[in-house]
Amino acid sequence: MRVKAFFSVALAVAWRVLHNVFTTPALLLPSLVFPLFFFVAFAGGLSRVSKIPGFHFAPGYTAFQFVFVLIQSAAFGGVFTGFGVARDFESGFARRLLIAAPRRGGLIAGYALAAVARWMVTATILTVVALAAGMNVGGDGVDLFGLYGLALLVSLVGTLWATGVAMRVRSMQAGPIMQMPVFLTLFFAPVYVPLSLLRGWLHAVASVNPATALLEAGRSLIAGDPAHVALAFAAALALATGFTLWAWRGLKSAERAAA
Amino acid sequence: MSLAAQVGHLARRSIVRTLRQPASSIPPLIFPTALLAVTSAGLNSATRLPGFPSSSFLAFFLAFPFIQGALFATMNAGTDLARDIQTGFLNRLALTPMRGAALIAGHLAGVVTMGFVQACFYLTVGLIAGVSLATGALGAVTILALATLIALAFGALGAFFALRTGSGEAVQGLFPLLFVGLFLSSMNLPRNLIEIDWFRFAATVNPISYLIEGVRSLIITGWDGQALALGFGIAAILALVSLAAASWALHERLTRT
Repeated sequence: MRVKAFFSVALAVAWRVLHNVFTTPALLLPSLVFPLFFFVAFAGGLSRVSKIPGFHFAPGYTAFQFVFVLIQSAAFGGVFTGFGVARDFESGFARRLLIAAPRRGGLIAGYALAAVARWMVTATILTVVALAAGMNVGGDGVDLFGLYGLALLVSLVGTLWATGVAMRVRSMQAGPIMQMPVFLTLFFAPVYVPLSLLRGWLHAVASVNPATALLEAGRSLIAGDPAHVALAFAAALALATGFTLWAWRGLKSAERAAA
Repeated sequence: MSLAAQVGHLARRSIVRTLRQPASSIPPLIFPTALLAVTSAGLNSATRLPGFPSSSFLAFFLAFPFIQGALFATMNAGTDLARDIQTGFLNRLALTPMRGAALIAGHLAGVVTMGFVQACFYLTVGLIAGVSLATGALGAVTILALATLIALAFGALGAFFALRTGSGEAVQGLFPLLFVGLFLSSMNLPRNLIEIDWFRFAATVNPISYLIEGVRSLIITGWDGQALALGFGIAAILALVSLAAASWALHERLTRT
């Protein structure tokens, strides 16, 4: 009965979020357009970077940047969902959700489910565009399954982080708090060139940044030469576990505020 | 009340309102600086490309925040003016003897002030980080002048959209378009080093490239008359066209009111 109530809440919340997103262009377009735009700007405008001495990536710069944009779209898809959570609290709708839901943990699961479904649409469009732009793929089906699985975990991590923030702050003003850490974590990684070509403070930071493991594993998978994949999945799962706790405690905070 | 006094009152209101809203005044300082830090560190090895015009990517990329800051000015200016329309403040002003020119000038004074403060901030950050200007102290003054003119041009564009639509959300919707314009420019690499033909073409016909290259020339090249003429010329044309469009939109709006 408890499990049924949990899934009932999760599915209802997910349906509502997806309905809102896919019927409101102002909510849908940024999550679709921004990844495409970053992909075009980075893969198109910076392709000469692959000629830097020491830059070796067999599938080419388009695939190199595709992995970054795929991971970025997953993380920011989660952040965009967090905006929706904050909007629900600001409008008072979340308060009614808290009263109506028999299993409140289902609220978090519902937001996460919606974020993943929403990201899958973005990922599909991004992949089609990348292939149309001539992206080379060296990996086989299993490698690509691993790449998309990794990105899906990142989407979950981004959603749980942003949901935890939204449930604590309960205002759209939390937007920068949700975005900035995600943005900095991603850009403090080897975005434009491999880790070996980074120098100075960014190399030091990138070397201990979990996003580096995600990007390097993702790039190795698309190249068909898997490396550090177990480390990347372990990092993503650890982050997902940690942020599940973070979101859960955020829910408790929201419950206390609503009581 | 004289025109100057009207402008003064509205300018003071515009500046105070901007400073009282940290959400308006802080992101234009933080976001461009953060992007400057991560991009210049991440792409530093691009200076090893044959033909790259500088040995420091930070110096090459320092022009970027000036333009991104101006985009924020567009959004803030437009959103504030749209709020004045939505709350009825503009209608109440229309009942006073205030002149239309005073409204636009006063409103843009806040944008220009903020643009100047931002430009000083970016320049200071660059100098502290070790960038030395190829044009020296006079170049710094010229950079501030160009950056302020660019802020005025984009601020007037934001004002036009606000007056035309009367909606803050519509003005915010302009941001992705301008952001795309910024990224499809020569911000990351010189145009002659952009490998993809269509991207190089887009960057060449994109006026934002010349605004960036105008600021950049003062930092890494020296006194480059062509780059400066294009930078100042395009900024001035954009400012004049946007101001004329904003004046027309204000006239239309007051007529409807």
